[in-house]
Amino acid sequence: MSFVSDPRWGEALAHLPDYLGNHVRVSLAALALGLALGLPLAILCRNRPVARSVLLALASVVQTVPGLALLALFYPLLLLAAAVTLSWFDFSFSAFGFLPAMLALALYSMLPVLRNGITGLNGIDAALLEAARGVGMTPRQSLIMVELPLALPVMMAGIRTAAVWVIGTATLSTPIGQTSLGNYIFAGLQTQNWVFVLFGCIASAALALAVDQLLGLIETGLRRRSRLRAALGGLGIAALVAATLVPSQARNSTAYVIGAKTFAEQYVLSALIRDRLQAAGLAATTRAGLGSNVIFAALEAGDIDVYIDYSGTLWLNQLHRSEIEPRKELLAELKTALAGDKITLLGELGFENAYALVMPRRRAEALRIRSIADLAAHAPTLSIAGDYEFFSRPEWAALQKAYGLAFRAQRQMQPDFMYAAAASGEVDVIAGYTSDGLIAKYDLVTLDDPRHAIPPYDAILLLAPKRAADERLKAALTPLLGKIDIATMREANLRASGNDANSSPDAVAKWLWQKVGGR
Amino acid sequence: MARSQTAIGYAHVAKSFGRVAAVDDVSLDIAEGEFVAIVGGSGSGKTTLLRLTNRLIEADGGRITVEGEDVRGVDPVALRHRIGYVFQNGGLFPHLSVADNIGITPRLLALPAPEIAARVDELLDLVRLDRAAHRDRLPEALSGGQRQRVGVARALAARPRIVLMDEPFGALDPLTRDALAEDYCSLHRTLGLTTVMITHDMTEAILLADRIAVMREGRLLAQGAPAELARSADAYVAELLRAPRRQAERLNAALPQDGAA
Repeated sequence: MSFVSDPRWGEALAHLPDYLGNHVRVSLAALALGLALGLPLAILCRNRPVARSVLLALASVVQTVPGLALLALFYPLLLLAAAVTLSWFDFSFSAFGFLPAMLALALYSMLPVLRNGITGLNGIDAALLEAARGVGMTPRQSLIMVELPLALPVMMAGIRTAAVWVIGTATLSTPIGQTSLGNYIFAGLQTQNWVFVLFGCIASAALALAVDQLLGLIETGLRRRSRLRAALGGLGIAALVAATLVPSQARNSTAYVIGAKTFAEQYVLSALIRDRLQAAGLAATTRAGLGSNVIFAALEAGDIDVYIDYSGTLWLNQLHRSEIEPRKELLAELKTALAGDKITLLGELGFENAYALVMPRRRAEALRIRSIADLAAHAPTLSIAGDYEFFSRPEWAALQKAYGLAFRAQRQMQPDFMYAAAASGEVDVIAGYTSDGLIAKYDLVTLDDPRHAIPPYDAILLLAPKRAADERLKAALTPLLGKIDIATMREANLRASGNDANSSPDAVAKWLWQKVGGR
Repeated sequence: MARSQTAIGYAHVAKSFGRVAAVDDVSLDIAEGEFVAIVGGSGSGKTTLLRLTNRLIEADGGRITVEGEDVRGVDPVALRHRIGYVFQNGGLFPHLSVADNIGITPRLLALPAPEIAARVDELLDLVRLDRAAHRDRLPEALSGGQRQRVGVARALAARPRIVLMDEPFGALDPLTRDALAEDYCSLHRTLGLTTVMITHDMTEAILLADRIAVMREGRLLAQGAPAELARSADAYVAELLRAPRRQAERLNAALPQDGAA
């Protein structure tokens, strides 16, 4: 199959109206807000050197915060604000998706807007400012008739920079629930779908270039006093906004929203759930690529209706329990605790996706390592790799404490590359996931945990508070409970990690249903 | 022409920038219809004195009156509307056309657009610029002399009776400068203006002004008609007058008496 005729291009294209529309909406709203705040601030502090340096320093600090972190920070902040407005004014808003993304991006756009605004206004020849006063202009008239028009080219350059930055950074708003062109990139990276990654990058670059050119048209129009150019540019931007408003109105707001975290298994399972709901005649969409800190809060707030989490994760991160209980007791206790938050734990899917220490089978056999207890003796001569969060998770602390583990070196890695790294001997041990199909593919083994340092991680279906009494939803989901065993999930995950048309989450979800639907 | 009324009065005016006294106890009355040149080197305080007149900067001490009113009691914006100001190098707004530059003060006074347009054409005629060729040009497309003509037209747009000029012809080539100065002089007379012009060029002052005030280090050294100034005992004034005298002698020697220049 050639690269160009790959059917995944078509699949990517089918998502474009939704992804692009949301991307444009959030970017332009953020840019508009950034301008609405940045330009007046630039004007206010143009003659105030102290305020000017403070403001520029603040904007620069914001700029140094990585885009992903800035976006992620806004979610809990807004959740807090929403809770406050609810208790004080009996008014609540969704802290998920659009709002945090727009606010964070607006903040991000402030630096170029402010810096160029201030530079442009301060760069005006003092003789002209005196001429403006000399002919009898008030400060306001001088600003509007002389300073702003003269600063326009520099200001517009800042606005164009801000537009390009915002459109690029908006791809990172996917994990906080804002659909964007980043959905292609996050999904593509997690499922090894390079067509999606490429498509997302090209689409966002093309959008950034298009908006930049339209703004450039407005700029030259204003500068050369050509109404036609300015109008064309303005029309282009307006058309872009109008075009993106159409799909949002057409979209069914009553559809069930299925959340998914940022790894392949979650993409597959959310597609499976969506298919089951649709088969039962319920409208359903997925909201994939959500950060694991965001997704539970989103369910709690009703921004998503259904998602799959893992019992151990909730046990540690939501219940903040450190002692490990046997599988059944932990599940029962978790169910009661979640019910207190009005969240329904509908049941287990049948497999566990736990963290496990994994190493090549041959190496393990050669060193006679079967369990983590055996590993502990060799650890000082070995290196370990984990995903970006593993070494700061309580499981790692528990493992170290229970077995006295101390490795020669530890590294963080993109999960998809970890298994290959272990197979090739680049690292000796990895903190993998038990349901990962790559364990079988690379002939790796998971080490036993005789001291039960790692809690059980049963995959469980969670329903939002507002769906607690939704019998149609429950009826559509119940056939999935207990059907997916670890071998089946591993095979599904292995399929999803392939790099061809049959490895898309949708295709794997269909395969999975064929396999387990009759059980 | 009656010269009894005082158009601009300076009484013991003082202005310091930090420890430097830019204008130091200057008193000078300028009569209605008079053309006064203020002559001095750089740092003499001549430009500061001019800028105090329409309150572009505020005096520290003394009193300045314009047409009998203490300027401190007049709204500075309204004051500037009724005093024309010609800036060094024109001070034209580069993003506005010639017509918009000239019509700026009438526009600030919210005059109706057709009236402003008619006034702009009238002023272009007055400063001898072709209406059709110049009205819609941007300042960058004009020569230095044309720019300064537009500057003069702009200063006259709101029909002021007083015009302040800050080294208006300094940067022009001699021929342009001479023509423009001549043209302005006749405007000054026909429109009955009161003009205060800053210059460092004594020859220009002698040729144009009714009266010359000489400033040095913030102080008014001498003032009077050119002939009166020639009798001054002050060494600096004498030095200032030496240059035009020498020029006149050389010109007389070089050019035949009845020849046309």
